[in-house]
Amino acid sequence: MTTLDSSKETQKNNSEVNETHEDYRMFGLITFLIADGMTFAGFFAAYLTYKAVNPLPDGAIYELELPIPTLNTILLLVSSATFHKAGKALLKDKNSDSQKWLFFTAFLGIIFLICQLFEYFHLPFGLTDNLFASTFYALTGFHGLHVTLGTLMILIIAWQSRINGGRLTSQNMFTLEAVELYWHFVDGIWVILFIILYLL
Amino acid sequence: MTISIDPQKTSNESLQPKGWLRYFSFSLDHKVIGIQYLVCGFLFYLIGGTLASAIRIELASPMSDFMPRDVYNQVLTLHGTIMIFLWIVPVVNGAFGNYLIPFYVGARDMAFPRLNAVAFWLIPPSGLMLVASYFVEGAAQAGWTAYPPLSITTPQSGQIIWILSVLLLGGSSIFGGINFIATIIKLRRPGLKLMQLPMYCWAMLGTSLLVVLSTPVLAGTLILLSFDIIANTGFFNPVLGGNVVVYQHLFWFYSHPAVYIMVLPAFGLVSEILPVHARKPLFGYTTMVFSIMGIVVLGLVVWAHHMFTSGTPPWMRLFFTIATAFIAVPTGIKFFNWVATLWGGKISINSAMLFSCGFIINFVFGGITGVALAQVPFDIHVHDTYFVVAHFHYIVYGGTVFIIFSSIYHWFPKVTGKMLNEKLGILHFIITFIGFNLCFAPQHWLGLNGMPRRVAEYDPQFQFVNQISSLGALLMAISTIPFLINVFLSVRNGKDAGDNPWNALTPEWLTSSPPPVENWEGEAPLVEEPYGYGKKISEQK
Repeated sequence: MTTLDSSKETQKNNSEVNETHEDYRMFGLITFLIADGMTFAGFFAAYLTYKAVNPLPDGAIYELELPIPTLNTILLLVSSATFHKAGKALLKDKNSDSQKWLFFTAFLGIIFLICQLFEYFHLPFGLTDNLFASTFYALTGFHGLHVTLGTLMILIIAWQSRINGGRLTSQNMFTLEAVELYWHFVDGIWVILFIILYLL
Repeated sequence: MTISIDPQKTSNESLQPKGWLRYFSFSLDHKVIGIQYLVCGFLFYLIGGTLASAIRIELASPMSDFMPRDVYNQVLTLHGTIMIFLWIVPVVNGAFGNYLIPFYVGARDMAFPRLNAVAFWLIPPSGLMLVASYFVEGAAQAGWTAYPPLSITTPQSGQIIWILSVLLLGGSSIFGGINFIATIIKLRRPGLKLMQLPMYCWAMLGTSLLVVLSTPVLAGTLILLSFDIIANTGFFNPVLGGNVVVYQHLFWFYSHPAVYIMVLPAFGLVSEILPVHARKPLFGYTTMVFSIMGIVVLGLVVWAHHMFTSGTPPWMRLFFTIATAFIAVPTGIKFFNWVATLWGGKISINSAMLFSCGFIINFVFGGITGVALAQVPFDIHVHDTYFVVAHFHYIVYGGTVFIIFSSIYHWFPKVTGKMLNEKLGILHFIITFIGFNLCFAPQHWLGLNGMPRRVAEYDPQFQFVNQISSLGALLMAISTIPFLINVFLSVRNGKDAGDNPWNALTPEWLTSSPPPVENWEGEAPLVEEPYGYGKKISEQK
């Protein structure tokens, strides 16, 4: 048996492959996002089935207020655009501009979460009140978890872009592209969620 | 490929464990990870097998005298969960996939080695957690399906640990699936076309698509179920206005594809093994590829055939019966392709070949009962009886586990450089084949006569047939002994295998046994015809 141990060499070999096939990390991420999207698809399917076949008890139908979720939709859509700006700026080697846009995106994410919490505290129903309430909190909560993770990741790459000659440069912007794709995914899910949960 | 080694890296290298110790390390080598999956899975197989023996001992008599009824429920739940999530899925996907796929695509490792190691190391802790859940207030009792309201009303801590464990194993499975898809699509060596890949790659591509598309739905469902248990919500609790059938739909949206996740890789492996030992090209390569993809697509739209007695509306019954019957077409094509591969071949009767032939026989039996079960009028009568148990075990044991053993006999020389003992191997096959059929064939009769599954006690008139079945289970338990002796003896003193003892043409045999760390000295070979057997050497590329 070859005594030379694998890990280091394979690792090294792999980073070499990475340089020539930049693509497949993004490919892996897209596959993961498809999987993640299927989790949401399961939740949506459950919600729509409940809506179709499980009538709520009398007096349990709640009209959801639209202003806050509409504001939230706008916040997320704008944040997608600002993230895109950050990527453009980094591509032109304007690292400090890029960093400003990233912080602004994270800021919008935080505002979104605060609005979401505000909505939670002012809703007339709790988690266990009825089937609609439970599904509402499960769906928005699971999405909120995604926004929280996304915001944390944006803050991390914003921090990275600060370090001069550091990890995030116009030559090496995979992390930014990956987080951007994830962020757009989370936005897209929110739009579907907004339509299904609030508008339908 | 030359790698410039900087001094710091080399000094780190000496810190990496060597020899057998590397199997206990966070190794990034796909070959090491593959063996880790295999050995870990086999240890859980022994645990799951012990639980199965306990079930068969209990069922040797009509009363529950070997263990209390609730312990029986825990034992059958753990048996099912361990065998599916810790033995078959990790071994037939993770173990052989990790070991073989990089060879088959001509790569030096998987696309994401670190993710690969993470995926493996999620398995031992979640498995141990699952086994240890027996010691809280009892393990989960709701079966591997964890149907509510049963899973909500049985003791909670065991069920929650079960959910956590299955979530982690599902995560491991998804990471593995992402890795396989990326490796097969993106990491192929230049010049290697998709339609030149060995069949196992296609099987793993199809399986991984199913894993990525369906496992997350199970994860979401189990999260909702845990809310029902912990937070007292009512998603699946009819008392609180919930709907149990929604759980069943979501659960089977994963768990029917899961059957293909367990059996498609076995289809791929048997397609590698048969041509080598029959010295003939694989019959119908293209139809094989299309039937795998057909099974993947159809496999996603047949789930409600598990729910014909759950108040499904007539149109749903009709649709899912027809869709399920359609799956028999691609599966039948594969079956006939294997038989045609053997037809007129120069067959060597060795352990790998015997287990593969055993697979074909058992699988056609399980397939026929599967088509029968898809018919609503029949299904309603045998639903939740031993007929279903028999059908299922004919697919996963008679099908997949036979192929796991066949693959171990086939690839052991590659992994260790030593041959396994053929006499012990054939003995292993004979005891397994007789024991398996003795154990599960009578269960068809039991089911047709109305013996329900998952109950510790039964009508005394079934005692004799149950004892035959238990005798078969005893033989299956015994059959592990010659296998273990064989492996331990052969690892130490086995005959030297040489690089290619079977004269096989697939890429993994074109390197030394065991393979070097980087899989090949120099460039990876371009294998355009992985099944070009039976040709004159001058015709071979």
